[in-house]
Amino acid sequence: MSLDESSTPAGPLDGNAAAGLLRDVFVFDATSATLTCGGCGAIAQVGSARLYGGLMGAVLRCTHCDTALLRVARTPMGLWLDMQGARNLMIRLDNEVLGDA
Amino acid sequence: MPETNTTLAGQRRLLWRTAEVRQVIDETPRVRSLVLNVLGWPTHRPGQHVDVRLTAEDGYQAQRSYSIASAPEAPQLTLTVERIDDGEVSPYLATEVRVGDRFEVRGPIGGYFVWTAALGGPLFLIAGGSGIAPLMAMLRHRAAAGSHVPALLLYSSRTFSDIIYREELNRLAALGDGPRVFHTLTRQQPAGWTGAARRIDRDMLAEIGIAATAQPRIFVCGPTSLVEQTTQSLLALGHEATMIKTERFGPTGALR
Repeated sequence: MSLDESSTPAGPLDGNAAAGLLRDVFVFDATSATLTCGGCGAIAQVGSARLYGGLMGAVLRCTHCDTALLRVARTPMGLWLDMQGARNLMIRLDNEVLGDA
Repeated sequence: MPETNTTLAGQRRLLWRTAEVRQVIDETPRVRSLVLNVLGWPTHRPGQHVDVRLTAEDGYQAQRSYSIASAPEAPQLTLTVERIDDGEVSPYLATEVRVGDRFEVRGPIGGYFVWTAALGGPLFLIAGGSGIAPLMAMLRHRAAAGSHVPALLLYSSRTFSDIIYREELNRLAALGDGPRVFHTLTRQQPAGWTGAARRIDRDMLAEIGIAATAQPRIFVCGPTSLVEQTTQSLLALGHEATMIKTERFGPTGALR
């Protein structure tokens, strides 16, 4: 259901499981935000993307073309966020997004 | 504006809080619910989860996420935990934990796999095993909020004794505008069993499910195989992908 501290589960999870990790990066709940894929232009909520990885780092991939939309890595230097594969991230500023805390 | 954002960020930082176990409920031979007091707990929305952190005497820490099973209206926070024999966290939470024990939680986390009464319905919930937990939060919230939206739970368990919240589900279903609850038992069925006796498939979803024309909000939670098969069947039955929200366990079937 959710990321654990082991590096790589054998299969992908839902983007929703990255909510805790992404909460360390964004002040809002990123899983309800909408990503536009830089590869194919597909638009989908972060929570519905395919998630690979563990607590130390995760990759969210487009369910249509497999482009790496967003990578987060936790290193001794700090948190890395790579969004090269995403055209944009749209955050709706309503309770759907902000009501989580 | 920048100042507002700083304040927002400050307030939004997730804090680790101490949870104290107030009650332990044996749900099935492998599953327990823990009723927790968490000082300063902000309210949550049904479907959200928490991170649980255990710290050993030598400082070693293990962390897992668990869905919240209680309604926001409930006075205490309830987590439902399935024991995974080789797990790091669940053997403690599902076996050893005692009333009065303390550990850390942070949350609530996640805003995607969430339903509140304000979102309306119909509500179509599909659960496999302990994947019932976040869906139970939705059904408990629906009852507590006095929501009348049509709701259906399709719940797959291995055997009769593996059905989590069985009596509470019966009680909810018996209410005047309670949810319809439909069970399927995949491994073993008791004598006189009237529910289904196979894995959830397209025929079952077509027969007892809410039709795509009614545009139900669908939440599927369970092992990866159940979630993927169910999602494919729902799409084949005409449901829109955007109406189907999923939360799958890892490939081991572990609720982590």
